[in-house]
Amino acid sequence: MFFGSGVIKGMLVTLKAFAASYFRGPDKGGIFTVQYPEQRLAEKENFRNFPFLVYDKTPDNLRCVACDICAKECPPKCITIVREFDKDNKPLKRPAVFSIDHTVCMNCGICEEACPFDAIFMDHNFEIASTDRQGDLLLQKEALLKSNDYFNKIRPTDASAIDAKRAEAEAKKKAAEQAAAAKAAAAAAAPKLAAAAADKPAVPTEPPKTV
Amino acid sequence: MTTRTNSLKTTMQTSKNYEVRDPQSSIETQTLAINVGPQHPSTHGVFRMNVVLDGEVVTSLKPVMGYLHRNHEQIAENMSYAASMPYTDRLDYFNSMTNNFGWALTVEKLAAIDVPERVEYVRVIMAELTRLVNHVSAIGFLLNDLGAFFTPVLYAFREREKILDIFEEVSGSRMMCNYFRFGGLRRDVTPAVLEKIRGIVNKFPAFLDEFETLLTKNEILCMRCQNVGILPRDLAVNASITGPLLRASGVNYDIRKVDGYSVYNRFEFKVPLGPKGDVYDRYYVRILEMRESLKILDQALKGIPAGEIMAKKMLPFVKSPRNFKPPVGEAYGRVEGPKGELGFYVVSDGTAQPWRYHVRAPSFINLTILEDMCRGQKLADAIVILGSIDIVLGEVDR
Ligand code: SF4
Ligand code: SF4
Repeated sequence: MFFGSGVIKGMLVTLKAFAASYFRGPDKGGIFTVQYPEQRLAEKENFRNFPFLVYDKTPDNLRCVACDICAKECPPKCITIVREFDKDNKPLKRPAVFSIDHTVCMNCGICEEACPFDAIFMDHNFEIASTDRQGDLLLQKEALLKSNDYFNKIRPTDASAIDAKRAEAEAKKKAAEQAAAAKAAAAAAAPKLAAAAADKPAVPTEPPKTV
Repeated sequence: MTTRTNSLKTTMQTSKNYEVRDPQSSIETQTLAINVGPQHPSTHGVFRMNVVLDGEVVTSLKPVMGYLHRNHEQIAENMSYAASMPYTDRLDYFNSMTNNFGWALTVEKLAAIDVPERVEYVRVIMAELTRLVNHVSAIGFLLNDLGAFFTPVLYAFREREKILDIFEEVSGSRMMCNYFRFGGLRRDVTPAVLEKIRGIVNKFPAFLDEFETLLTKNEILCMRCQNVGILPRDLAVNASITGPLLRASGVNYDIRKVDGYSVYNRFEFKVPLGPKGDVYDRYYVRILEMRESLKILDQALKGIPAGEIMAKKMLPFVKSPRNFKPPVGEAYGRVEGPKGELGFYVVSDGTAQPWRYHVRAPSFINLTILEDMCRGQKLADAIVILGSIDIVLGEVDR
């Protein structure tokens, strides 16, 4: 081989790639970049960005019970939760304040893993650039809330599994309640009371005891 | 780059009396002190080299690091074991899977956790894919430093992109994977993903051939790299250099072979060694290592069993990693990272937080040898030598 043949062979490789970029598909050596934002790649289902809170049907029905587990697990401690209290100062199972600081959050997904109530999940929305640190990047509860339908749309596999799990738990609880109600009805022979008990809305389960 | 002329007597004296001037010449020349970096494209991040030049020849070179210091070790001592996992992603941000691997391995050693078979295989697959990602980009950037501006890098990045897609699919993130858990994994890999990995493994040799046609016999590359920045075998061992840098100097030391951690001892693969220890050998050892990685991947994909992805012992901590308290003791776990021996040393006092946590960062230790390799070389070669070490400042400074 003469001196310089290596360079020439290398040049041929680049020439081939140059030509291929016009005539070939992306998987056959052609251009594999896309013109964002006009063109977009399909999102991966497991893609995680920042967390959001899920609600069922209406925003009042948020699943979060303000147990504070996610805030404790969060490595950079960017979740702030304040529990809501009712008029008699009794703690409610919902947060009054739930904020996530996007400037601190490191998109690790640990909150999603740790939440025992399937209330917090990682979002796909990555177009969140902003010049307003406090307003747009320190997200409050209202901005974090997203519907279960949205969750089903972005991550169908996970969402349907979780929906199935929740439905099952719900059904079990209903059955248990009905059984208890039937028992009570049989014992007290007061059908009215039993009906009232069966109609009672489902309450979220207690968090597993952690030490 | 700021330049400043002076005689810098003191620097000259500390540089082991290296004499490059022509003794016959009667012309008085001055040495020149140059700051390369911290904001310089060739330094691969915020890194500074205080170089003293005589003409174009380097007489002394002092690496200055710490610009990217984030207090990783201290932070890790103030949080649960599992919460450090996403932080390890950010050490060597090119190889988060390997970093996860090292940390998971250490804690598993500390708490004597047995890892299910399938997990081991998936871990090996991810670690080897990471090695491919790292080595192609390292070579690409080395060529950047040589002046082949961005053509090889883009060839490399085209392949890297496909592998990052896999990472995103399994872990949710392209670079900050946070995929490993103590005793298991974040989630299982689906058959579809394994199929995709198979596709990559099948096509990668063709890419490597193309890459090699582009580079290996290229006369310019050979002239710039051969006999440049030679790292003698003894010096490499004495300075505890690890990784491709060490193997390019001809020392057969690969932790995958030495320790046989995880399931590496089940796979057939060779450890490529360089004859001389110059920049060219480092380039070529990396190419060969990628070919070996492909062999491992091939075997791992064939042998991957079905099964659990979490050790039974660790199941209670999946939902509450904060409550994981390893027994009192200490452990040092290490993996063969793409850049060298990545080790984690951890001391537990029985609480949920490590009492001491230390990272043995290969980039950092490999960087200590830079001056010895650069002395007597041209400044332009010093840049190439730095590129051939393959450092990531996230790991150097931590
Ligand atoms: S762990 Fe779940 S339920 Fe508890 S506070 Fe966080 S989001 Fe709400
Ligand atoms: S993704 Fe990680 S850093 Fe962000 S809020 Fe959740 S736990 Fe915290």
